[in-house]
Amino acid sequence: MSTMNQAKVEKYRNDFLKEVTANVEEGEWVKMCMQCGVCAGSCPFGPYWEHPPQEIFMMIRAGKREEVLTSTSMWMCTSCYNCIARCPRELPITHIMHGLAHYADRLGLAPKNQPTRKFANLFWNNLTKKGRANELKLGIALYFMNGFIEGIKTALKMQKMGLNMFKTKRLSPMELLGGHGIKDTGGLHAILKKAREIELANAEKFNG
Amino acid sequence: MADIIATNETILVVGGGISGMTAAIEAAECGKQVILIEKGPSVGGRVSQLYKYFPKLCHPTCGLEINLRRLKGNKNVRLLTMTEVSEVSGEAGNYSVTLKTTPRYVNENCTACGACSEVVDAEFDDAYNYGLGKRKGAYLPNKMAYPQRYVLDPQIIGTPDATKAKEACKYDAIDLEMQEESNTITVGAIIWATGWQPYDANKIQPYGYDRIANVITSVEFERLMDPHGPTGGKLLRPSDGKEAKDIAFIQCAGSRDRNYLKHCSRICCMASLKQTTYVRERYADEGKATVYYIDIRAIDRIDDFYQKVKADENVTFIKSKVARIDEDKASGNPILHGVNTEGYHRYANQHDLVVLAVGMEPSVAQDEFPVKVTINEEGFIEQDEANGAIFAAGCSADALDVNRAVQNATASALRAIQVVNRAAGMEG
Ligand SMILES: Cc1cc2nc3c(=O)[nH]c(=O)nc-3n(C[C@H](O)[C@H](O)[C@H](O)COP(=O)(O)OP(=O)(O)OC[C@H]3O[C@@H](n4cnc5c(N)ncnc54)[C@H](O)[C@@H]3O)c2cc1C
Ligand code: SF4
Ligand code: SF4
Ligand code: SF4
Ligand code: SF4
Repeated sequence: MSTMNQAKVEKYRNDFLKEVTANVEEGEWVKMCMQCGVCAGSCPFGPYWEHPPQEIFMMIRAGKREEVLTSTSMWMCTSCYNCIARCPRELPITHIMHGLAHYADRLGLAPKNQPTRKFANLFWNNLTKKGRANELKLGIALYFMNGFIEGIKTALKMQKMGLNMFKTKRLSPMELLGGHGIKDTGGLHAILKKAREIELANAEKFNG
Repeated sequence: MADIIATNETILVVGGGISGMTAAIEAAECGKQVILIEKGPSVGGRVSQLYKYFPKLCHPTCGLEINLRRLKGNKNVRLLTMTEVSEVSGEAGNYSVTLKTTPRYVNENCTACGACSEVVDAEFDDAYNYGLGKRKGAYLPNKMAYPQRYVLDPQIIGTPDATKAKEACKYDAIDLEMQEESNTITVGAIIWATGWQPYDANKIQPYGYDRIANVITSVEFERLMDPHGPTGGKLLRPSDGKEAKDIAFIQCAGSRDRNYLKHCSRICCMASLKQTTYVRERYADEGKATVYYIDIRAIDRIDDFYQKVKADENVTFIKSKVARIDEDKASGNPILHGVNTEGYHRYANQHDLVVLAVGMEPSVAQDEFPVKVTINEEGFIEQDEANGAIFAAGCSADALDVNRAVQNATASALRAIQVVNRAAGMEG
């Protein structure tokens, strides 16, 4: 168990709804859900995932912390916005799903091998390093996300597309050596650090 | 109509539904002079379009008949149909109101013999039946209509149909020269009872009211049950005219939804519970009803009714707001998709017919009021000092059932009486 997770468990005891309200982006909306079922019924992923949004929101209120935070469900959301468009209470469902995923990731509870999680982390690390996405590195990292052999296979399959991208100057081999970035990466890192501080302070301040 | 006599001791009632009629009669029976105006060609409002009333399940004709008798018998009420308010100025105790009356083309001589209707060819959608059937270009608004007087549709004026109708009338009741009239009167207080209208089901895109023939509204369903209605009282579904025996009711269709009406329309749970008894009335054991709901809002004494319906084994309750509806092309059956909150099971259920329990919204849009009154977020009139002596009654004040609408109307009549008493110098 991560120390942050330990701290949260102690702080909120059995009140998982409160924890979500304080720590999850748009989490304060969860209590507004009236369990009508429209989001669950409208989600194109509906039949394929473990817990549709409606159920996740009820599980939060029922205090099923472990089950929610380790669930793969929020990682499957494709941001199609069907649910937001139809929710009779205008809950920002998509954002809550992403917020929950992010929170579970920070606590170290998110499922280790969930592909969206892996990609999201790769993308984030890639992006924040230089302030711009390094497509070559990201692509290569993606190929090898599921192991070395899989990576080689995928790379071979995508060879032609890669070459075409080189030709049309959409991908530069020079990116492998450092790669392009924004002028002030130090500044960017300072901004991100500050944002994280604010986020943590907000969660600390909350006492609903 | 130059003979309208009104003074600042007169009460004007706008809207001749059950609320407006009640307010007018109550005030008139207290000896006040009342002018009751109604936009349509007859009084009764939406109640006259219901098959039965909850909770007692009696026919509305009975309740309306009592009111009509009181109305006809009272010399203090002057009824003007096909009339609306176009302008209001002044203040409590002294309003100047301009009334606009559209021509009916039929005068007091009419005996409702129906000869004109028989000779006219043109047909139009019948608004009384929410467009489910047609009516002639010369018509009686409905069987119970008061006044019992025919109307010529303005669309036949100037056509050979109009001349034919005039020639068929043996009582010299048809006057094709009638013109729109405008009258300005003085009144002391105004009771606003313009009622409600069903929320436009076409706006609820996922339910396919505009695309799927066998998705209808609750108000249309009332008309199907009426023996004088468009199907002669049979529950025939629109796509193929077959009897619908397995019927789904979808609650909160357009209500409690920030995309549509924010408010709970209060009566639609009871209306659907009542309508499940219609299905049983028509088909006994063969009739099946399924109610899809968020929660059932049947309050106080009405809860007994809910318990009775719940005990019926042919009525199923599914706790779920239906997400969307599509159609089985071969059978024409609507297929309802959603997730049952009790157990989170996904379903795709077919039924013969779907009834949308549509919400109630005020019949007069916020920006169409001819006079400044305080209107709440939902479009209903709020009780407010700033309204002067303009008092809302019935469903122009809130989404109400008949019982509460009538209570509310009586309260408004009392308020209006106080104002005209003051105007007459007899404080109290
Ligand atoms: C599906 C359904 C079923 C229902 N079943 C029941 C039931 O079983 N029991 C029950 O108690 N209630 C029932 N209700 C509720 C009932 O219909 C209302 O309580 C009732 O109609 C309220 O009457 P009202 O006079 O306030 O409004 P209305 O009936 O709407 O009457 C308003 C009148 O004002 C007129 N008007 C409108 N605008 C103007 C204008 N600008 N100028 C002049 N006149 C105007 C209209 O033509 C109409 O005649 C049901 C409602 C629905 C939707
Ligand atoms: S649609 Fe909105 S109110 Fe309904 S269950 Fe989903 S989140 Fe809750
Ligand atoms: S935004 Fe996500 S949760 Fe919402 S309907 Fe689309 S996939 Fe489902
Ligand atoms: S207008 Fe004349 S013909 Fe038509 S119903 Fe009345 S009396 Fe009969
Ligand atoms: S009365 Fe029932 S169906 Fe109507 S809006 Fe309220 S909860 Fe929904």
